[in-house]
Amino acid sequence: MAEELQGDALIRNQIAQLPVPQFAETAWTPPPPLADARVAVVTSAALHPRDGEAFTVNDASYRALDHAERQLVMGHWSPNFDRSAFGIDYNVVYPLARLDELVEQGVIGSVASKHYSFAGNQPDDVATIRHDSGPACAAALKADGADVVFLTPV
Amino acid sequence: MCTLAHVFEAAGLSTVTISAIRSVAERMRPPRVLHCEFPLGRPVGKPNDPEFQHDVLRRAFSLLERETGPVLEDHPEEIIGGEEPLSCSVPPRFDPELAPAVDEARGLRKAYDRALARRGVSEVGMAVDPDGVPGALDVLQQIVDGTPWKSAGIPGGHTTAVANDIRAYYEEAALELAGAPNAGGGQAESWFFEQTEAGKLLLSARKALAAQGAPQPVWFYMAPMYRS
Repeated sequence: MAEELQGDALIRNQIAQLPVPQFAETAWTPPPPLADARVAVVTSAALHPRDGEAFTVNDASYRALDHAERQLVMGHWSPNFDRSAFGIDYNVVYPLARLDELVEQGVIGSVASKHYSFAGNQPDDVATIRHDSGPACAAALKADGADVVFLTPV
Repeated sequence: MCTLAHVFEAAGLSTVTISAIRSVAERMRPPRVLHCEFPLGRPVGKPNDPEFQHDVLRRAFSLLERETGPVLEDHPEEIIGGEEPLSCSVPPRFDPELAPAVDEARGLRKAYDRALARRGVSEVGMAVDPDGVPGALDVLQQIVDGTPWKSAGIPGGHTTAVANDIRAYYEEAALELAGAPNAGGGQAESWFFEQTEAGKLLLSARKALAAQGAPQPVWFYMAPMYRS
């Protein structure tokens, strides 16, 4: 008898069996040299400032996060992943201190002034993110001069 | 995340995506993916380990040098979570008139407050503030004792939010008492569900809600799906 899955292995197995959105082709945008790139972080951890608007269940909108704001709440509705690490060190989800260090080292050109947070628990068709809030977030990133987006899931 | 990678790239941005579930990235084929077999909730790997975090970033950003895609590579280190519970003692019984979980939650308040003062922010607050945690546990105890869930006065009317706040209150207090857990993840969760009165009560309340005929969304998300 197969060993019963527990913890992350069970969650990974469950999610792996869900349908995924289909994209006919993979868009491809060549980046500038990394040393010239302006980098932003976008996460699905439902981060928001302490006094900012919280995420609702199945919320498909996003929150803009000022680069200087580091006291963030992880307002995700799923109980199925670890949150303790984020409470210890936000960089494990939202690595802005590391990006700042890469700027100082000259590895990347700059860090965006705003980063963005979505909630990972979405309806299976992700229609709003695909056609509405996702493109709107892309426009906001481009308006800030971002070239490269680093995406982190929880 | 894979959907956003496609959307952003089509809009003229270059993306690098950390993947937590490899088969999803394989099927969705976003432009550049670094799959990281790390505990869920820790996409950059290890807290308080800048060297490891930089290694993840370096490997991810190196994918930007590729001229064609999609490209999917694996971080070479796998981090396994779900080990032994955090070593953190729970407060002794203080007021025998109270339900055990209510008494316990009151006993953890000072540790919670210290954690909040240190970090400046808390995940408690979806349905109740820290003052409301003992009362929320009392409501769950009443449901376990037979009070119909619809008339029990669930704070905010949302069990998932209540469960989030209780667990966050406990885990934040525990990290203050026990110090940071190691890189594996899952230790705070194991401590909460296996060693605290509140964690056990939460699981009992979930069973009671199901037994009372509450709809599945009312009780299912009160705890990880593999906890019972």
